[in-house]
Amino acid sequence: MTNITDLGIAAIRDGVAKGTFSATEVATAFNAAVEAAQPALNAFIVTTPEKALEAAAKVDADRAAGKPLGTMAGVPIGMKDLFATKGTQTTAASKILEGFKPQYESTVSQKLWDAGAGMLGKLNLDQFAMGSSNETSAFGNVISPWRRPGDTAPLAPGGSSGGSSAAVAARIAPAATGTDTGGSIRQPAAFTGISGIKPTYGRCSRWGVVAFASSLDQAGAMAHDVTDCAIMLEAMAGFDPKDSTSLNLPVPEWTASLNADMRGKKVGIPREYRLEGMDPDVAKSWDDGIAWLKDAGAEIVEISLPHTKYALPTYYIIAPAEASSNLARYDGVRYGLRDLPDGAGLQDMYAATRAAGFGPEVKRRIMIGTYVLSAGFYDAYYTQAQKVRTLIARDFTNAFMDVDVILVPTAPSSAFALGEKSADPLEMYLNDVFSVPASLAGLPAMSVPAGLDRNGLPLGLQVIGKAFDEQGVLNASLALEQRAQFSARPEKWW
Amino acid sequence: MSEYRIQGATGEWEVVIGLEVHAQVTSNAKLFSGAATAFGAEPNTQVSLVDAAMPGMLPVPNMECIRQAVRTGMAINAQINKWSRFDRKNYFYADLPQGYQISQLYHPIVGEGSIEIQLDDKNPESLKTIGIERIHVEQDAGKLMHDQHPTMSYVDLNRSGVALMEIVSRPDMRSPAEAGAYLSKLRTILRYVGSCDGNMDQGSMRADVNVSVRRVSDKPGGEPFGTRTETKNVNSVRFVMAVVEQEARRQVAVIEDGGTVVQETRLYDPERNETRSMRSKEDAHDYRYFPDPDLLPLELDDAFLEECRASLPELPDAKRHRYETALGLSAYNAGVLTADVETARWFEALLAETAAKAKKPEAEVAKQAANWLISELFGALNKLGKGLDNSPVTPAAGAELLALVTDGTISGSIAKQVLEKMLESGDGAAAIVEREGLKQTSDTGAIEAAIDGILAANADKVEQYKAGKEALFGFFVGQTMKAMQGKANPGVVNELLKKKLA
Repeated sequence: MTNITDLGIAAIRDGVAKGTFSATEVATAFNAAVEAAQPALNAFIVTTPEKALEAAAKVDADRAAGKPLGTMAGVPIGMKDLFATKGTQTTAASKILEGFKPQYESTVSQKLWDAGAGMLGKLNLDQFAMGSSNETSAFGNVISPWRRPGDTAPLAPGGSSGGSSAAVAARIAPAATGTDTGGSIRQPAAFTGISGIKPTYGRCSRWGVVAFASSLDQAGAMAHDVTDCAIMLEAMAGFDPKDSTSLNLPVPEWTASLNADMRGKKVGIPREYRLEGMDPDVAKSWDDGIAWLKDAGAEIVEISLPHTKYALPTYYIIAPAEASSNLARYDGVRYGLRDLPDGAGLQDMYAATRAAGFGPEVKRRIMIGTYVLSAGFYDAYYTQAQKVRTLIARDFTNAFMDVDVILVPTAPSSAFALGEKSADPLEMYLNDVFSVPASLAGLPAMSVPAGLDRNGLPLGLQVIGKAFDEQGVLNASLALEQRAQFSARPEKWW
Repeated sequence: MSEYRIQGATGEWEVVIGLEVHAQVTSNAKLFSGAATAFGAEPNTQVSLVDAAMPGMLPVPNMECIRQAVRTGMAINAQINKWSRFDRKNYFYADLPQGYQISQLYHPIVGEGSIEIQLDDKNPESLKTIGIERIHVEQDAGKLMHDQHPTMSYVDLNRSGVALMEIVSRPDMRSPAEAGAYLSKLRTILRYVGSCDGNMDQGSMRADVNVSVRRVSDKPGGEPFGTRTETKNVNSVRFVMAVVEQEARRQVAVIEDGGTVVQETRLYDPERNETRSMRSKEDAHDYRYFPDPDLLPLELDDAFLEECRASLPELPDAKRHRYETALGLSAYNAGVLTADVETARWFEALLAETAAKAKKPEAEVAKQAANWLISELFGALNKLGKGLDNSPVTPAAGAELLALVTDGTISGSIAKQVLEKMLESGDGAAAIVEREGLKQTSDTGAIEAAIDGILAANADKVEQYKAGKEALFGFFVGQTMKAMQGKANPGVVNELLKKKLA
C-alpha cells in the first residue's frame, strides 16, 4: 500500500470516501509525520494533533452514518498562523501576539472545517507575513526540506507562507493555507516545488485573517498539484458579508471545469519581465513553459506591461503604509504582549510593548509606512504610488484585451540559503519583482513547479489571469503541469 | 448684521465663530459593527470584536447610520455626495482600540448646505443664513476611567465605534447669540429628522467652538480673519455662548497687550467660566489620513436617496411658515410651537382633535388651540415642574376642554379652573364641569337680576360711564361675573350690560 502521507487532497478524500483508509488513519499518519519533522523543519508554531483527530473522527462517523461528505472530508491540513482559530493560539509569528487565543474562527478556516478538513497545526510564517524567507518569524526560521546536492546548508522555504510550503513539500501536510500580499503564496510554492494559487482579490474573505496590507492581502491554497489547489480554493472562497471588500459572486466549479486544452487561447509573454542579467536557468524554464503551452495548443503573443518596473517601489510604499496603520492595534492595551515598565505612563507602555513585541522587519515597515503617510510626504509617496498602481492595473487590462493569460517566472531565482539575503532588506525585496505586479492589480495568479535548476532546486512558473478568471489560470497551470512532469521531491534528511 | 462688539482699549472688535458639532446618530447599532449603542449601560457590555479591534476584524458600514446622515444633509438643503469614502485618522490613545478613527476627510457624504436662524422671534428681519461646509460620519472613541484604581486607568469601549455626524459650519457667526441660535436650530432640525436625539447632557451632541477676533472695519468684507482657537467638547448652548464671549475677550486682551493669539486647542471650564489651553499647533498630531483599505467607497443610488427624501418629516421652517400662512398663527406662536418637534407634534394632535370636535376646519380653531397651549397649558405644567412629554393632560383631553369653551358650556376663566383640576385628578373636562357644577348659565333672567343689583349698587360709576368713561364697562362685566361665580355666559353678560347701560 502507498504511504498515506504521499497522497494529496483528492487522493485522500477519495480514499476516505471509498473506505480504502479511514480519516483517522490519515490524521494519525500526518500527525506522526509532523511530530517527526518538527524539530528539523520548524514548520509549525503550534501543532494540534487532537484537532486533526477530532475532525477525522467526525468524518469517519459521518461516513459510517451514510451522511454526505464535504469536498475536503478527511483531509488534514496546515493552517498558516495568520488565520484566527478559535481557542488555538494565533500569533502571526510575532511575540506581540504570543499566547493570544481568539474567541473567533476566521471565515476561510471555518469554511475548510465545514468542508471536512482537519487542522494539523498553525504554520510558521514571516512575522505579520512580512518577508520572503521566513527569517522574520519570532518563533525561529522554517527550514526548507530541500537542500542543494551534497550541501547541508539550510535553505529558505520562501515567504511569507514558508511553513506552508515546507510542510507540503516535506509531505507532512497534504495541503496548507497561505496568504499572499506581494507573492507570499507563489514564491514559497516555487521555492519548494509545489503548487500555489492566489485568487482574485476579494475571492476569499479576509475576516479573521491578521491584516498586513488590507488592499493586497488575499488567502489562497498551497498543495501538491493544480487539481488539489482547485479543490481547496473552492472550499475557501465565497462572498462574506463581514468583509466589505469581499466579492459578491458565486464560486465557480473550478475543479469540475479543469481543462488543459489550450487551443484557441492566447498566452501573453511580457517583454518587461525579461530582465537584464536574468538567471539563465530561470530564463530557460520560462522558455520551457512557453513551449509547453504552445504544445497545449495556445498561441503565444509578446505583450508589453510598460509600468512593470515601478511595481516594486509602488508595492513597498502602499503595503507598509497600510501595515503601519493596521498594526497600530497591537498596543498592549487589550490583548497580547504588554510591557509596562515601573512607573510607566501610556506612551511608555506603547513604546516598550511595541519595541519588545515587533521584530526588526516589522518595525522597518511600520517606519516606512508612517513616513510615507506623513504630512508633507503623503502626496509625493502614497498618492503617487496609488496613481502608479492604477497604471499597473491598466497595463494588465490592456494586455488582457489581446490575451487570455500571461506566463512569467514566479521568482528571479531558486531558493537561497538562510542568511544569504537577510542582511540587505533591498535585496530581499527584489525577490518579489515578478509576483508583486499581479498583487497590485488584484489579479489571480498561480505558481506551478517547472523543473530543477543547476543546483537541483525547484523553479516555478507563474500564470497570471484576468480578474475573476481563476479557471483560466488553473487550466493553463494544468497544461504546464502535465508537460513539466515535475516529480522531484526533497530527499528526506529530517 | 450683528452689532455685537467687544470694546477694547484700542477700539472695537468683531468676533468670528464657526462650530463643529458632533452629533451621535440615532441607531440601534454602531457605525461599523453590530454592537448596541444604549446610553448608560455597564462598561464594556456593548462591545463587539470589531469595536475591540481584535486581530483580523473588519468594519462593515451600517446603512442605517448612512441613511440618517443623508437625511440630515437633505434637511439642511445640502449637496448629497453619491460617492464618498472613508479615511483613517491615525493616532494612539487607549480609548481608540484600532489605533485609528474611521472618518471622512477627503470625500464627505454631505457637502455644502445652510440653515436659517432668527435671533428675535418677533422680528422677521433678524433672519440670518449660516453656511454649513460639510457633514461627515465617523466613529466615536471609548472612554477612559481614571477613578477605578490608584495607579491604573480603565477603558470602557461601549462608545467605541458609535456613529457620529460631524457637522461643520462656515465661520459665519458674529456673536454669542448667533452661535447659540445656530446650535439650537441645528438641534431642532436633528430632532425633527430623528437622526440625533440632541441630548447634550448625555453627550449625544457636543460642539467644538472656533473663535477668532478682528478689528471692526469699513472695508468691504472687513479685515482678514484673525488666528482662531478651537475649544473642544462644549456640551450646552449656554456654554457655547459663554465660550465665545470669554474667548473673544481673552483674544482681544492678548492682542491689545501686544501679544499674538496662538492657534491651539482649548478646554472650557464651566466652574470658572474660562477656557484653558490644551495643546498648541506645535504638538498637534500628524494624523496620517489615508483612505481606509478595508472599506470600498460608499456609493449611493437614486432609489436610496429617494427613500431618504420621502422619509423626511415637515421641517421646522416649513412648519412654521405653514402655521403662519395656513393656520393664521402669529409669528411668535408659530415660532414657539415649532421650536421643538415634540411641541409641534402635541399641538398638531390637539388641533386635529379640536377641529374634529368642533366640526370645523383646523384653520378656524388653530388660534384658540395655540393660545390655550401656550398661555394656559405651558404655564400650568410649568408650575407642576412638568413638560408636554409627561403631561397628565393629553391632546384629546385638551380638545375636550376647548370644546366646552367653544360651545359655551363654560367660560374661559372657568376653563382655567377646570384645567387645574384635570392636571390634579387626570379626569376629563366634562366630568369635572358636571361634578363641580361649573356649567355656565345663559339664563338671561338670573343674569339680568345680577346686573340690576350691581348697577344699583354702583350708581356713581354708571354716571361716570355714561359721561364717557367707557373703560368702566370691564368693571361691570367683572362684577357681574363675580356675582354669577364665573358661570355666566360672557357673551350674554356683554349683551345685557350694553342694553342696560345704553
